[in-house]
Amino acid sequence: MAAVPIREKLAILADAAKYDASCASSGAQERNSLKSKGIGSTEGMGICHSYAPDGRCISLLKVLLTNFCIYDCAYCINRSSSNTRRARFTVDEVVRLTMAFYKRNYIEGLFLSSGIIRSPDDTMADIVEVARRLRVEERFAGYIHLKAIPECSPDLLAEAGRYADRLSVNVELPTDEGMRKLAPEKRPDGIRRSMAFLRRKIDEESEPSTRSEKRRTFVSGQSTQMIIGADATSDAAILERSANLYGSYRLRRVYYSAFSPIPDASHALPLRKPPLIREHRLYQADWLMRFYGFRQGEILAGVADGMLDLEIDPKLAWALRNRALFPADVNRADRELLLRVPGLGARTVTRILETRMHRRLRLADVARLCGSIAKVRPFIIAADWTPGALLDAERLRERVVAPCRQLVLL
Amino acid sequence: MIPAPQLPLSDVRIALGGPADFAGWRSAARRLLLDGVRPEDVAWEISEQAQETPSECRRQAGITVPRSFLERSETVICHADPARFGLLYRILWRLKREPFLLEIASDPDTRTFEAMDKAVRRDLHKMRAFVRFRRMVDEAGEHFVAWFEPDHFIVERNAPFFVRRFAGMRWAILTPHASARWDGTLLHLGPGADRADAPDADDAEALWKTYFRSVFNPARLKVKAMQAEMPKKYWRNLPEAALIPSMISTASEAESRMIARMPTTAPATHRKIQARHWPPDKIPDAGGGEDAATLAELGAAAAACRRCPLWENATQTVFGEGPQTAKWVFVGEQPGDQEDLAGRPFVGPAGKVFDAILEEAGIDRTSVYVTNAVKHFKFEPRGKRRIHSKPNAGEVRACRWWLDKELGLIRPDLVVALGATAVQSLLGKALPVTKLRGGTIEREDGLKVFVTIHPSFILRIVDPQDKAAERARFLADMRKVRALAA
Repeated sequence: MAAVPIREKLAILADAAKYDASCASSGAQERNSLKSKGIGSTEGMGICHSYAPDGRCISLLKVLLTNFCIYDCAYCINRSSSNTRRARFTVDEVVRLTMAFYKRNYIEGLFLSSGIIRSPDDTMADIVEVARRLRVEERFAGYIHLKAIPECSPDLLAEAGRYADRLSVNVELPTDEGMRKLAPEKRPDGIRRSMAFLRRKIDEESEPSTRSEKRRTFVSGQSTQMIIGADATSDAAILERSANLYGSYRLRRVYYSAFSPIPDASHALPLRKPPLIREHRLYQADWLMRFYGFRQGEILAGVADGMLDLEIDPKLAWALRNRALFPADVNRADRELLLRVPGLGARTVTRILETRMHRRLRLADVARLCGSIAKVRPFIIAADWTPGALLDAERLRERVVAPCRQLVLL
Repeated sequence: MIPAPQLPLSDVRIALGGPADFAGWRSAARRLLLDGVRPEDVAWEISEQAQETPSECRRQAGITVPRSFLERSETVICHADPARFGLLYRILWRLKREPFLLEIASDPDTRTFEAMDKAVRRDLHKMRAFVRFRRMVDEAGEHFVAWFEPDHFIVERNAPFFVRRFAGMRWAILTPHASARWDGTLLHLGPGADRADAPDADDAEALWKTYFRSVFNPARLKVKAMQAEMPKKYWRNLPEAALIPSMISTASEAESRMIARMPTTAPATHRKIQARHWPPDKIPDAGGGEDAATLAELGAAAAACRRCPLWENATQTVFGEGPQTAKWVFVGEQPGDQEDLAGRPFVGPAGKVFDAILEEAGIDRTSVYVTNAVKHFKFEPRGKRRIHSKPNAGEVRACRWWLDKELGLIRPDLVVALGATAVQSLLGKALPVTKLRGGTIEREDGLKVFVTIHPSFILRIVDPQDKAAERARFLADMRKVRALAA
């Protein structure tokens, strides 16, 4: 077989990796190259170095080591039954590409995953070798996210964790039943065990111990991804699975990836546009659970089909179903209630709480803080404003939705 | 008609050393404030000759401001708006009487201050994101040069970031108003430059463009989202941006092509892979365990248990542990958080208490069999934690099938029921543990069941004296157990 030029390999193996939604490069331990005179730094907040026309940020060189794979997961472009073009990077090629891109400030670091060839251990060993060479031989201090191949040996996971800032194992689908149908060779219990192993290692490392002065020697977090819309799981079931995953494995993030039609798709799957709005609503609901004090069960309580409203955001939908709790007085209500007012973000709530210690807030003040007041107005009382009967109006939903929709059209 | 003057003439003119001369502004502002000069009477300008020297003696004058004001002013002073110096002084002036001014989000000065702060921080961030170095080679080896056009005066403030990140290479960032250069040891700040001073190509850009094109998913076109984060004004200095228009215009065609394409037949290698890696017996199935002859076989079958829905949220089945020849079997309630992660019974906090007491009672932990009435962890997620919830009667009944099999293979002299759930499972109904505690009940099949509390009960007691007393009682129970089977 003739050697494939690196540019073609890059095209194939970047294309093959792009269906993984994870892009974060934040949350790493702070470090720089001042002492080592190497290359790279991480300073807490990640940087998006470019944006593709699909609106996704490009912060890492996200590639597969190879897209040859012995698994046959219906939703994956790299499944063994697909006719996609195959390629394989050498360890050296990935190291050189990463350094070339990083030195030109194209990227924050590397996100390396792989199709599974021969065995999980063989594949994971190659991934770990790339990270080792970057850290040890190139003195690379940028961000490294490695995909942990499920069912590889704990020793390899532990070694990967020493070089990487983040490890992730994808749960792939929200239910085991979905996995059995669409990814028959993958073992959901094996995936969960890998996540459990990582959580125990992360816990061990964060335990304040005699070595507390030493630098962290293991990844600071793990994340996972679920594909949305490839099977019939409801949003309520997806959120329940997410809540369980956050609780069980100390995940930094659960990524939701709208199933996207892939070239050379399998018969088993819906060939249509990806449900992008649904994906967006799931992220919003996920945020409500993590930063707004909502319990998973509350978000969709009382919704018969267990699906999030596609037209309006989940907080507004929840507030419309729970009007009895409103209006909230912006000059008096506690933080918990203000966080539940549609249109008020966590930062805005903080600013309201700060400001009202010194001045009473009028509606115009709130408007300036939150950007768009249309959604907020019916749910709050301010010094010069009360919603009166507006809150109980039968057509409140239409009245709130119409101005929001116009904004989108602009 | 005589036109009204646009601006009142100012009494005091202050010249700063540069567009972002914070030290100069700070020292002038301190002096003005002490002299009681009103903000509207000061005119600020920039002059290369200006030399404001920080006046040490004035420091004792004791002007205090919130730390956050000083820190954020260092950012705000980089803003391109000529009014920034005056704004900062006006806020400083007002802070004397209104110490909480910056917390009042509805105040116009605070709003302008915040907006400028945000704009500069965004500019700093975008510079870190969108600077593109191009590689050059000279007699000393490779070095990297970038041309960038920021909105505000941020080069000096941002240079240390690039030093920390690219300490191991030589580089320069050129902008219209200033430049920064790192020679591997020292940072040099210099005057503005011209686009022509920077190289106009780099070999790696072809690869970068290939990457940019390849990561784009045409089925997810969201141009507005892209432009919100990467406004067009940056495009001319981003090599990859040249590709964007054609990527957008061909996206919908590319998407329909993907959708329209019929699924194809699998390549020949697929069948080989399937035959080699996935023979039918390698794909696990649920159920089994009926005819397990050893505990190991039984445990393997239990790993795929679906007898109740608890497996769905747990990590794994936590089966019993210990020799098949054990004389004693200890039955707990269910695995906890730690047991669920490790896949082994009694390894969490309650397990540690249990181990310690067993040892004190003279029972060798390795010679006994420990297991749980329910073999999956039942919990409620609460943020980043899991709260234990009690298994219900149906779950206990479903899992009893496994416990019976375990006991059938071991045939122990004595079973110790730790807590109510174990009692319920072993004796078939809910009975009060406190009444039966310390006693032995013989089942119809002749199995002797000793009843005591679950060791996690000891952990939950807050009062140290009560805790010690309960621990002592449990230890006494364990000594009794030892005597019973001796």
